Amino acid sequence: MFRLENRGLINREKRLNFSFNGKKLHGYEGDTLASALLANGNHLVGRSFKYHRPRGIFSSGSEEPSALIQLGLGANTEPNIRATTIQLFNDLVANSQNHFGPLEWDFMRVNDFLSPFLSAGFYYKTFMWPKSFWEKIYEPIIRKAAGLGKLSGEPDPSTYDKGFLHCDLLIIGAGPSGLLSALMAARGGAKVIIADEDFLLGGSLNGDHTQINNDTGVNWVKKTIEELISFKNVRLMPKTTIYGAFDHGIFGALEIKTNFDRIKSDKPRQVLWRIYAKQSVLCSGSSERSLLFGNNDRPAIMLSRSVRQYCNRWGIIPGKKISIYTNNDDGWITAKDLKEAGCNVVMVIDERPDIIAPIKNVDYRLGKKVVETKGSLRISSIRLDDGTKVETDCLAVSGGFNPNVHLTCHERGRPQWQEKNQCFIPGKTPKGMEVVGAASGVFDLNSIFEETTLKMKKILSYLGYKHRKVIKLTADHKPYNVSAFSKSLAKGKVWIDLQNDVTIKDIKIAVQEGFHSVELLKRYTTLGMATDQGKTSNVLGLSVLSILKNKPIEEVGTTIYRPPFTPVPIGAFAGRSRGKHFKPFRLTPSHQWAEQRNAVFVETGNWLRAQWFPLAGERTWRESVDREVLQTRESVGICDVTTLGKIDIKGRDAGAFLNFVYANNFGKLAVGKVRYGLMLRDDGIAFDDGTTARFSEDHFVMTTTTANAVTVFRHLEFCRQCLKPAWDVHLLSTTDHWAQFAIAGPNSRALLSEILDPKIDISNESFPFMACGKVSIFNGIEARLFRISFSGELAYELALPRRYASSFMEHIFEIGKKFNLVPYGTEALGVMRIEKGHAAGNELNGQTTANNLGLGKMVSKLNDCIGNTMSEREKIDGEAVLKLVGFAPTNKMQSLVAGSHFISKGKPAKLANDEGWMSSVAFSPMLNKSIGLGFIKAGDQRFGEKVDSVNPLNKEVIEVEITSPHFFDPKGDRLRG
Amino acid sequence: MKYSAAKIFLEGLFGNRGWGKAWREPEPKKNYDVIIIGGGGHGLSTAYYLSNVYNIRNVAVLEKGWLGSGNIGRNTTIIRSNYLLPENEPFYEFSLKLWEGLEQDTNYNSMVSQRGVINIFHSDPQRDAFVRRGNAMLLSGADADLLDENALRKLCPYLDFENARFPVKGALMQKRGGTVRHDAVAWGYARGADMKGVDIIQNCNVEGFIIKNGVCSGVRTSKGDIRAKKVASCVAGSSSQVMSTAGIRLPIESHVLQAFVSEGLKPILDNVITFGAGHFYVSQSDKGGLVFGGDLDGYNSYAQRGNLPVVEDVCEGGMAIMPMIGRARLLRMWGGVMDMSMDGSPFIDRTHIDGLYFNGGWCYGGFKATPASGYCYAHLLATDSPHPVARGYKLDRFRTGSLIDEKGVGAQPNLH
Amino acid sequence: MIIPHPHLGPRDACEFVYKGDAELVFRPERVAPVDYDTFHNYLYLRQNPAGAHKELWYHEYGDRSWLVVTRNTQTHEILKVEFASEYLSGQKDRKSNV
Repeated sequence: MFRLENRGLINREKRLNFSFNGKKLHGYEGDTLASALLANGNHLVGRSFKYHRPRGIFSSGSEEPSALIQLGLGANTEPNIRATTIQLFNDLVANSQNHFGPLEWDFMRVNDFLSPFLSAGFYYKTFMWPKSFWEKIYEPIIRKAAGLGKLSGEPDPSTYDKGFLHCDLLIIGAGPSGLLSALMAARGGAKVIIADEDFLLGGSLNGDHTQINNDTGVNWVKKTIEELISFKNVRLMPKTTIYGAFDHGIFGALEIKTNFDRIKSDKPRQVLWRIYAKQSVLCSGSSERSLLFGNNDRPAIMLSRSVRQYCNRWGIIPGKKISIYTNNDDGWITAKDLKEAGCNVVMVIDERPDIIAPIKNVDYRLGKKVVETKGSLRISSIRLDDGTKVETDCLAVSGGFNPNVHLTCHERGRPQWQEKNQCFIPGKTPKGMEVVGAASGVFDLNSIFEETTLKMKKILSYLGYKHRKVIKLTADHKPYNVSAFSKSLAKGKVWIDLQNDVTIKDIKIAVQEGFHSVELLKRYTTLGMATDQGKTSNVLGLSVLSILKNKPIEEVGTTIYRPPFTPVPIGAFAGRSRGKHFKPFRLTPSHQWAEQRNAVFVETGNWLRAQWFPLAGERTWRESVDREVLQTRESVGICDVTTLGKIDIKGRDAGAFLNFVYANNFGKLAVGKVRYGLMLRDDGIAFDDGTTARFSEDHFVMTTTTANAVTVFRHLEFCRQCLKPAWDVHLLSTTDHWAQFAIAGPNSRALLSEILDPKIDISNESFPFMACGKVSIFNGIEARLFRISFSGELAYELALPRRYASSFMEHIFEIGKKFNLVPYGTEALGVMRIEKGHAAGNELNGQTTANNLGLGKMVSKLNDCIGNTMSEREKIDGEAVLKLVGFAPTNKMQSLVAGSHFISKGKPAKLANDEGWMSSVAFSPMLNKSIGLGFIKAGDQRFGEKVDSVNPLNKEVIEVEITSPHFFDPKGDRLRG
Repeated sequence: MKYSAAKIFLEGLFGNRGWGKAWREPEPKKNYDVIIIGGGGHGLSTAYYLSNVYNIRNVAVLEKGWLGSGNIGRNTTIIRSNYLLPENEPFYEFSLKLWEGLEQDTNYNSMVSQRGVINIFHSDPQRDAFVRRGNAMLLSGADADLLDENALRKLCPYLDFENARFPVKGALMQKRGGTVRHDAVAWGYARGADMKGVDIIQNCNVEGFIIKNGVCSGVRTSKGDIRAKKVASCVAGSSSQVMSTAGIRLPIESHVLQAFVSEGLKPILDNVITFGAGHFYVSQSDKGGLVFGGDLDGYNSYAQRGNLPVVEDVCEGGMAIMPMIGRARLLRMWGGVMDMSMDGSPFIDRTHIDGLYFNGGWCYGGFKATPASGYCYAHLLATDSPHPVARGYKLDRFRTGSLIDEKGVGAQPNLH
Repeated sequence: MIIPHPHLGPRDACEFVYKGDAELVFRPERVAPVDYDTFHNYLYLRQNPAGAHKELWYHEYGDRSWLVVTRNTQTHEILKVEFASEYLSGQKDRKSNV
């Protein structure tokens, strides 16, 4: 074991077993997978993306580019998990990824030897010959070699939840500046959320031996958290990553709820929060960067502060012979802590010649550089620029610190270069966001505390909270000094992006070829495009570019970071909206009743509607549908049409309003009458149709199609509020309040008479076709009756309060037995409307005009109404436009196909001869043949002509005759009877 | 310099020192035959076809940022020609044919990968509409296949056939559709145009037009005035801004469309899949990332970034149709600004100002159109008459009512 | 985004449906002889500014009011919110149709 005794924030009482590549290992509660692997002496954990170089654990946080593993098995497996961010749990199963053959002997490492031929952008210059080889040979090989981890291919078995939180102040990061901010805000009374991606709050303090107010940093963290927990106005959220900053103070957050121990339970694995914050403070700290030297990518070459954290927080001995390579003061703190812990530090190399070594009890070299490393699966030695060779099995590297400015970029703020600390600091931040601590480019704790206090005072007073007593904190921290970027002296390969294998040579080639703007460089070399979004590599890359172009880094510029800060599972973004819960169900009032009668349902928008009602013995849907049609036309049928939009329109100007929103005239509609209305969009294209009934001078009831119920209402409100604000019109959507049933067939009147309360006369004389009125049924239930017909039969639509719908269905079927009453579904409804030549959704597809639909004459020429003006444009108003007509196969045995196109006889089937298309087809049980509706050029003048209905998708051609669209009862005797 | 495997081998042996510049970086001349405003995909392809097909080489491409910085660098890389309307289908089919020969034309591997584009349908009316569309494609000489549920199951067993809110009933497939490495398209065209003498001028912002008596004779730029016989605007996303300096108001709104990519994964998705009951489409790149997208954010924006509701909406669509991607993690999201036109279709036309031409309004279909857009724009610039496959893309079509509205939603750009 | 509703306070933009440029409230009236050009310009041409934009939002999952929101299209910052009817009455000289 490589574990120090009496050091670290782990619970040695709780031993946790886990496996890596099948090897059984153990760690302790408080470990990450990475610390547990290191405790077992395991540095090699994976392979790089392109050259398949051995990769170790490089960092101790979410910036990790190298230690990506495949976590879990079966459907629970999760690719590309950073070993550094996973809290160890019992029975964790981890496997390395992206190698062919064992991890130690990856066969793909041949790429490493071929690397001179695989330089930046090489693939753009080859694989082009022979042409057919790309998809068949080259690309499959490239695809197989690329990628990192694997998906299982099975549905994600986990549950994810979503939630919403509101606060005055969101604090992002619970390190020293975050905790101080939270404490000040909490004491001031503000509603605070403080979130941190780590499972242990405290940030860098947990891995450092800093003293705050003469106590250890770890103790200060503990006390602060205890106090924060005592406040009702504070919510602490560990294991919660604020992954993105969005408009108006909205933040996306991902909380890891369980680690993987509750996979089988229905509790959510992760929760996606949307946090609404009046103000935010970004306290996200900084990430360390590496230095440039030959083969600086070997396992056990690690970031210096991470080495220190592994030692201090997890009690790890990172190596037997540790060397440290730094260009700043922080590397020395690592050296000091390692020495104190009893580790063997063989040498500290500092690039700066002109400093005084902060500690003396160690072998050190000033003004020197590491130029080369050796080792195969782990570093074994380093060579300095003066030729000194040092045996070492762990090299801690510190090239300075990059403030974690990511969230400041999410609204496209561009970071600014800070010369003093050689780093990018936040530029323009999202509105309401303040940045404090290392994230703002301040690196020593005393300055951080000062800055935090100052900025928090301002924020609290802005939020209207009192700032109480100053919290005085003093740390034993010294100001930080870092040397400028310098040129790499190495001859071999020098890595910048460890995951995507981008080296200095790649950048050289890109610049040489003209890809020297930062954005082009990124795209050409893939620098910073890996799963870490370049957290450890971007600034290094820019330094190389700046040296190559001989321009200061601020002139070279930088790319910006995009959300999310760390990757977020697609499953978490979807939450519970998957499977049957993808969208809510809307059920019709007769749904239960229909279910009991074994109805087959169909999705219509969010509605479920009965499609047909199969009877025992019926083998195909056609049998059921034919029966429903025949029985309705023979006697009487009933269909739930509640899904149609219903809008109550009231007011003195309601009539004028209808005149304005419908293309046909409504002003003179008599009270007690219904009229068909065609609604256009203002561009003259048909929008919707339906009927509107007039119950009194100033009260109309409109119906819309099911599909457009919502959009028509929105449109009417626009017309009312924005176009005719002075008119007295009021709108109310009543779609869900009235259950509505179509009762159709020659016996519909007789059936209705049985349920209508006595004295209501619905004879043809007193209640003719297109009449409407308020009625009552079943002894006093108020209802609305409309004599309208979609089926072409003598028919009514009856609307009653929704709560009665179920018992209404029970009763009417009881009474209807003697009329052989049949329930019919949407399929029979569709057949009957096609038999009658009525347009529906397939015809009102947003591309057709009144003229196309054969309704051109209805459109008002005089009044100003929505759509009539633009419907008069030459290209949509001519004689030769498409017209809706009927089609019947000349051979009765053939079935028409919707979506077929029409070609004149004798002409080849190609676009130039395309004359229109078939929109709807049905088998008509009345005519005992297939019939269709469709649009064809000047169709209304071509009745009797035969054309080909071609369906090349199925290589089929059917000769059809153009007919009137009114196949059944063309004169309408039945509906007036 | 011709690129080839042999060249890569030789360069590899000698330290890759011999790779020359992919294109020159010239200062602008005083005069050109044609100035193309916009060094994105369409501008560069226009320059490429002007110089390579129409033999007009005294051409400058003016780009305000870096080459390819427009939507060519921020899209979801899909190519297809599965359109319905007769004004569109021949154009996009022409484009697809140009894609098929692109690498050999430009000597640049832009990784055109004809993986097949699958549009799933979930209801009978949707199937009817897809049959109509598939037949329109076939009548125009494109390819199309209607897959029933069983055929789709065989091809994409990971779709949610069992538990879907909206049943998966089949799909319309275009086998010749697929994906392309988007940045490489810009680079290939740039290199090809540059080799014929086209000046590609980066970091050159066009601030206005030089217009006198209804004739445009050049542009005012951050690098001074530059004269040209013809000035061709090609700046989708910023069309309204650029054209307003010529006093032209366009039938266009700018909207943001977000796109997403996951972490790299081993191959799991062969085709391009489009969900028919929500907003989600996806493909897997050669690097292994799932590249996906959905609907517009829906409000006018030039911000090149979007908001959370659409991110969630898209991922919900993804999980509804292929619940296997739940554990794939979204790595990056970004937004591009789209020229959303009033009928969802583009413009390649002259303006009422002599010498000033306009190409724009590509909505979110611009990437797949890149070759044909450039070809047809070059044709218009060279001959002053529209290319036969782009005849419908007129700026004044709303006056006459010659709408090209694939989706049938009318003059409401955010719905197209 | 969050839209501060004049009566209902700050509301998430998800509750609203977007329509477009607030110029759409100035619909020309059809009078003989019909001026097709004016109609075409009203329906199809847009200023589409990069900056402050007056635009129509409908509070569909709320009080069903149509609002005129002034929003910066480059930063998404919301500068002003008013009811469409209020906006119209403040623009009386432009109204030909009320």
